[in-house]
Amino acid sequence: MPSSASRHRVVASERVGPYTLLRLERGGLVPGVPGQFFMLEAPGRLLPRPFSLCLAPPGELAFLVDPIGLGTQALCELRPDDAIAVLGPLGRGYRLDVERPLLVGGGIGIAPLPYLAERLGGSPPAVLGFRSAEHAEAAVLLPGAEVAVDPVLVTELIEPGCDVLACGPEPMLQAVAALCPTAQLAWEAPMACGYGACYGCVVEIAGALKRLCLEGPVLDASRVRAPAEAVA
Amino acid sequence: MRILNASGCLDALAAPDVARQLDGFVTKTVTPLPREGSAPPRIAETAHGMLNAIGLANPGRDCFLADHLPRLHELGVPLWVSVGGFCADDYAETCSRLAGIEAIELNLSCPNVDEAADSAAEIVAACRRATGLPLYAKLSAAHPDVAAVARAVAAAGADGLSLVNTLRAVALDRRLRPVLARGSGGLSGPALKPIALHAVGVCHDATGLPIVGMGGIQTGRDALEFVACGAQDVALGTVLFADPGAPARVREELAAACEEAGVAGPDDARSLAKTPETERKVPA
Repeated sequence: MPSSASRHRVVASERVGPYTLLRLERGGLVPGVPGQFFMLEAPGRLLPRPFSLCLAPPGELAFLVDPIGLGTQALCELRPDDAIAVLGPLGRGYRLDVERPLLVGGGIGIAPLPYLAERLGGSPPAVLGFRSAEHAEAAVLLPGAEVAVDPVLVTELIEPGCDVLACGPEPMLQAVAALCPTAQLAWEAPMACGYGACYGCVVEIAGALKRLCLEGPVLDASRVRAPAEAVA
Repeated sequence: MRILNASGCLDALAAPDVARQLDGFVTKTVTPLPREGSAPPRIAETAHGMLNAIGLANPGRDCFLADHLPRLHELGVPLWVSVGGFCADDYAETCSRLAGIEAIELNLSCPNVDEAADSAAEIVAACRRATGLPLYAKLSAAHPDVAAVARAVAAAGADGLSLVNTLRAVALDRRLRPVLARGSGGLSGPALKPIALHAVGVCHDATGLPIVGMGGIQTGRDALEFVACGAQDVALGTVLFADPGAPARVREELAAACEEAGVAGPDDARSLAKTPETERKVPA
């Protein structure tokens, strides 16, 4: 990992449905593997916030932000020429050596999929689930994707026999894991540092509490607890 | 003035380039048996601070000594081992098995586990009998008279003090439930700094022991303030989470902070601040 964060200027801040696509100058950073994440300084807050890379336009890194709290709201209020500290890429991303990729995203969990699609070579099939038509406007980031809006569930759109690469809320990931035991799932956890220092982001992996920032955020479905245990 | 990390705020094996910026790496607290730690959520951001309830997650003494410590030595950074336990014998046994390190820090004040039955002074006395290595007692400012605790551990043979540990605290979520699965956690970050500065001042006055000052240090100026209150060295905790380059940055900022304060260097800032307790002792 890099031994210090670097400052990056905001190129643009664009509304995508209820979300904001925050485009930063790339500077000396590399985009990394899809599913890896970056820690972004949240102006006025003590701790940075983790975001997977959404898009890697030339010379830029772009992140999809859902303004759900003080830190993410501050990030959405950034304007061109503001600058924030960025650390990354961090963690382990998706394995790209898959034969029949199917991208599965739920809500803000679609964030890593546009860059993943690009790195898989164009436009692999994708199914996206959203809780409302407004949220579903974010599907524009993944042209050609099939979209399900609540009460239809994204898991109803998954065809059997695919190599599923998914990111979304925990209930969705548990449902995907039950349907596709070989899926690669990107998880989320509160994180103070992103590089193994704070021990805050532990999740149960292969039967033990482990730091998601080092082990994941992308994990094989077989390494996370079975849905039955999770419900109990 | 050395710059260390606060115990539990850095994994040197996961981030060796951060550890190499330090004048000494302090390990996460080692307990006799392995501990998985608290259930998540374990952290919460608060106004000017954060809470953590990690619960002393660590591989246990045997695994630490056989596996982690040799790899830590390879970093080439002076090592401080933080030792924890649930009775004086727990601490003393671990101390007796440590060698070739810079110092031992006795974690006598973790807010996220049940406290040891023995007093801080009893634990320090047992460890003193078990090792000749420098012993630093890490204390909490939650004690109503931290200076009295400092005097007691000094009398029991402590060589230095680490001040302060986090303070037990609670944060609530939108639905008014505790954010942390454990309920309470330890408060760290800038919110802690004024409390830590006071504790350093009164413990310095009470004992004269070398003190590693910590609690909310974000900048070179913050570090200098700890020295002004009596600290010999400083440790960085929460700031490492947001800025893994903080040790090098804080060191760089020291010169400007000294110039602004009108002192030639950190050593000249030592004990410039006098605590209200000290002033009150001066006859009118």
